[in-house]
Amino acid sequence: MNIALVVSQIVNGVQFALVLFLLAAGLSLVFGIMKFINLAHGVFYMAGAYIGATVAVSTGSFLLAIVAAVLGTFALGLLLEVLVIRHLYHKDELDHVLATFGLLLSADAAVRGIWGSVALSIPLPDWLNGRLVFAGIDLPLYRAVIVGAGLCVAAVLWFVITRTRVGITVRAAASNAVMAQALGIDARRVFLLLFGAGAALAGFAGILIGPITGATVGMGDQIVILAFVVIIIGGVGSVRGAFIGALAIGLIDTLGRAFLPGLLDTTLPHAFASAAGPALASVLIYLIMSIVLLVRPAGLFPPANR
Amino acid sequence: MSHPIPTRVALDALPAVRGRRLGVDGTVTVLLLLAAAACPPLFHQFEDQFWPNLLNRAMILAIAASSLNLLVGLGGLVSFGHAVYLGIGAYAVGIAAASGISDGLTQLAIAVLASAGFALLSGVVALKTRGTHFIMLTMAFAQMAYFLMVGLRQYGGDDGLTLDSRSLFPAPIDLENAATMYYATLVLLAAIVLFGACLKASRFGLIVMASKGSERRVRTQGFNPVPYRLALYVAAGMLCGIAGFLQANLSTFITPAMMSWTQSGELLFMIILGGTGAIAGPLLGALLFVLIQELLGSITSYWTLYFGFGLVAVALYGKGGLMGQIMRGGPR
Repeated sequence: MNIALVVSQIVNGVQFALVLFLLAAGLSLVFGIMKFINLAHGVFYMAGAYIGATVAVSTGSFLLAIVAAVLGTFALGLLLEVLVIRHLYHKDELDHVLATFGLLLSADAAVRGIWGSVALSIPLPDWLNGRLVFAGIDLPLYRAVIVGAGLCVAAVLWFVITRTRVGITVRAAASNAVMAQALGIDARRVFLLLFGAGAALAGFAGILIGPITGATVGMGDQIVILAFVVIIIGGVGSVRGAFIGALAIGLIDTLGRAFLPGLLDTTLPHAFASAAGPALASVLIYLIMSIVLLVRPAGLFPPANR
Repeated sequence: MSHPIPTRVALDALPAVRGRRLGVDGTVTVLLLLAAAACPPLFHQFEDQFWPNLLNRAMILAIAASSLNLLVGLGGLVSFGHAVYLGIGAYAVGIAAASGISDGLTQLAIAVLASAGFALLSGVVALKTRGTHFIMLTMAFAQMAYFLMVGLRQYGGDDGLTLDSRSLFPAPIDLENAATMYYATLVLLAAIVLFGACLKASRFGLIVMASKGSERRVRTQGFNPVPYRLALYVAAGMLCGIAGFLQANLSTFITPAMMSWTQSGELLFMIILGGTGAIAGPLLGALLFVLIQELLGSITSYWTLYFGFGLVAVALYGKGGLMGQIMRGGPR
């Protein structure tokens, strides 16, 4: 296998990882702080892509599409929190999964009703559509842009959480919600804004990935499970854990799919390898998750004071 | 307390207390099963294929839901990946048939054993956790099986696998006959419901139920709940494997979608709608689910929009499900 292929697959893996991170960061905070499982988190990812696609097509501006996707999903997140999610916090997890599963089904049907079941494509402006060529490696520029944007968001999140007053509030609520409330933190408002911020991050991920995959109905339903795997591995409630978990899952999944079948082929009989290779590659991350859980049940980087 | 093991005496006395509640629940269960037995003759001996087929599907889902309710209702173990055993049971039939094994009993044995194996391996890992983590782990393990089958091209991959014929059984039983298929499902459903009822009244069931309430107290009484939970988890998987076996035979078409996580969510919906606290709950829930799907689906192709709202409503306002309401209204 040649170096260029390996590098481009690594870039693909990192790009996938950063999209996963954008989803997992919000999910992890909501899950860690409110003890709330949001299966419908992928809805915001889908909504981001659809809102972005509509705005990009009607205005022709991709930047405007990103702004609309982020603000739109933020508003959608606030709305859902007030209408439904807020009334579920005190219920048990069975009700959480049932209600958010219902929201997901409704949202998929609603999107199908509004935009139809054909995938929408999101046009990229020319200045993002180029290719990046250096040292014999040829990459689509946009993938590098996603990596850059993801890293920027990760840096901003890191700064907000570790260096600002908002961040210390969130961290306090994450490590001990009752104590944080006793110190005068308005948990209701923190929950509301956090849910909206998580939704906006997912919406941002959706519009970022949109030009590559298009906007499709149910696009968030599978990736949200991967985001859950990420936060299980990384440790629930920890943004650092979500980042490292997302990198691990994104790289392992992408590289596994790209190279594992070939690798098996060189060591095992061809008939077996061609059958087992793709199958093994697709279950690899779940195997790794099981191993991590057996060794570290709280994940690799659980938040302190649990 | 002078008695050597006072709890065990207390446990033995309990079924009598609980027997009163089983009254309403048991009556509804028996009525539902009798109604299922009486329905086909009403539809002119299977000349009308639609309703018997619909009810047959409902009964298979009732088996799956009942097995899930053993976990949720009895053990408090909320699995969001239970549909995986529908898939394992179904693929056991499909893969066995593709390899030239068409004998029904062998296929059923493979289905049950494969389900047990998967449940044992995933259970050892998943049962190390509780609550939300358990939900997500069971979901992730189901996804693992789902993607495994999507990846295995030789067994159809994403496109699924079509069975040439239903499983072969010794002489009088011919699953190709719709009535035989129907009553075979009914007999298995009744047997599994009875098994669930016995389990609930047994000491095993009491320990599992008690550790749902308070694991610490159960441990203080000298029981380690872990092996009990694992046994329950494996048993539930095996029973759902039977449902998968039947589902494959009914539809003669198997796809990875049978074990997608949305299918697991639907199973959870059934038991919550019907009521997790009752044996009749999953039966009622499965029947209503199939009816909702069929009726709403015939009115609008966006039926999942309303179904989704229904799920939210059940989660927000449904206390104890339908059987919970019925039992609260009935004599205690």
